[in-house]
Amino acid sequence: MERYYQPEIETASREQIRAWQDERLVKQVKHVWDNVPYYRKKMEDAGVCPEDIKGVDDIRKLPFVTKADLREGYPYGLLAEDLKNCVRIQSTSGTTGKRVVAFYTQHDIDLWEDCCARAITAAGGTNEDVCQVSYGYGLFTGGPGLNGGSHKVGCLTIPTSSGNTERQIMFIRDLNTTILCCTPSYAAYLGETMKEMGLSPEEIPLKAGIFGAEAWSEAMRQDIQKTMGIKAYDIYGLTELSGPGVAFECSAQTGMHINEDHFIAEVIDPDTLEPVPDGTYGELVFTAITKEAFPLIRYRTRDIVKLSHEPCPCGRTHVKMSKPRGRSDDMLIIRGVNVFPSQIETVLLNKGYPANYQIVVDRVNNTDTLDVQVEMTPEMFTDNMGEIAARQKDIVDGLKSMLGLKAKVSLVAPKSIVRSEGKAVRVIDKRKI
Amino acid sequence: MSVKQISVFLENRPGALCEMTKVLADEAIDMRAFSLAETSEFGIARILVKDVYKAVTVLKDADYITSVSEAVAVAIPDVPGGLHSVIKAVADAGINLEYMYCFLGGKSGKAFLVCKVADVAAAESALSAKGAVLVEQDELAEL
Repeated sequence: MERYYQPEIETASREQIRAWQDERLVKQVKHVWDNVPYYRKKMEDAGVCPEDIKGVDDIRKLPFVTKADLREGYPYGLLAEDLKNCVRIQSTSGTTGKRVVAFYTQHDIDLWEDCCARAITAAGGTNEDVCQVSYGYGLFTGGPGLNGGSHKVGCLTIPTSSGNTERQIMFIRDLNTTILCCTPSYAAYLGETMKEMGLSPEEIPLKAGIFGAEAWSEAMRQDIQKTMGIKAYDIYGLTELSGPGVAFECSAQTGMHINEDHFIAEVIDPDTLEPVPDGTYGELVFTAITKEAFPLIRYRTRDIVKLSHEPCPCGRTHVKMSKPRGRSDDMLIIRGVNVFPSQIETVLLNKGYPANYQIVVDRVNNTDTLDVQVEMTPEMFTDNMGEIAARQKDIVDGLKSMLGLKAKVSLVAPKSIVRSEGKAVRVIDKRKI
Repeated sequence: MSVKQISVFLENRPGALCEMTKVLADEAIDMRAFSLAETSEFGIARILVKDVYKAVTVLKDADYITSVSEAVAVAIPDVPGGLHSVIKAVADAGINLEYMYCFLGGKSGKAFLVCKVADVAAAESALSAKGAVLVEQDELAEL
């Protein structure tokens, strides 16, 4: 039977969700108008005042907020509460530029941890589980968020943080960890290491994993599930909005339910800024309607997703978003073609290569070059040069049909691609544009 | 009769081979024959040693990918046409040589040929029939 952390919210009727959103949006717009001069100015420039916003239908009258606004407002420009009411800051990894600093009241943290508790419960977690949080603790939201959620569910929480792979595996085995929370690339690495140690899936006590903070493919999920004998659930979030738990996967594993009682999701065409229908990929835009300290209104996430309002067999009524196809920041434009690292990953995993790869983009004689470095595995290696060359060509052909681009494929030595304990560095762009 | 050849995957970049030979040197692996084949992207080092198990273990511990396969090792008569007589025996039997390399026996002073073929037994019987002197794995240390 499907379990919910907050059943009355997670399975509420669409009308009820809409009523919450209408009421909370109106309140939130007034809150930022009254407390954030930056927002008030943006709204005045757009010719809109709080009285114009009577519900979700009016949301499109509000101006967008982008990462540039966050940079401009750093550090206090978008703060909507007195600092004496704030109890925490978290910060982004700064992978796409300057760090963002987000503020939280105790109430904000409470709601954030509720969202993470929903995700853990959806992954089958109860107070009988042992939950190992191998996300980084500290400024990164992964560790603190899942840690709080795990407490709320009542799991025995092991705050290992990231790194020290040997110790991670020791705890998993000695303390019978049943739920693992970390980035998917680190999960893949842990799985690979346990396999090397000769552990079969039956010998690994884990039953579920909650993996997020970076884009990963369906093929990578299958790989991780098989190696560790678990069900692997995706989780989505942004420091700017709270952290992990903005959306999470349920047992259906066909998308992530967005916690719509806290966040209004829109999907827009990033060029025209017009909304796109369900099922069409576009840029995800969020409005945080319950946050007190750092409430973002129509924040452009740069994540490319599609939404689905189809009823979900798990019984949750909140809208589902697809795995991000890649952050629009991650998207590479190579010889005029849009390329997401996740597409390359799908090709490699489908052909049985490990999830450890690196993409090197360069520009030679004014032409972009794409070099996909793949680690050789004992299963792939043969003494026959021709067979290896054929395998290489097979990857080149697979990439060509996926991307419409000719890529170079380099087979590199095992373990030569640096394993990440946080976010994987998949792309090295050497182009100087 | 055959010998066991170790193949090692190497990246084609400066220093890649040196890193591997250091591993073998540090572990005092005594090589009898060594050959390197390469493409622009990667290379395969092929090695004959007396103790195959030890060599493979030290390479694996250093994260190298290896495979062990059978090859035919045969003494080359030290006379003009010596190599030809061996090659002809294989050719006459209709056997395809995938690749080959030569090495000198330090103790015997003789030259030897290592041949990679699909059917080791067929190649060996063709060579034996022509009176060629084949080498076994156990004999490698004595050459």
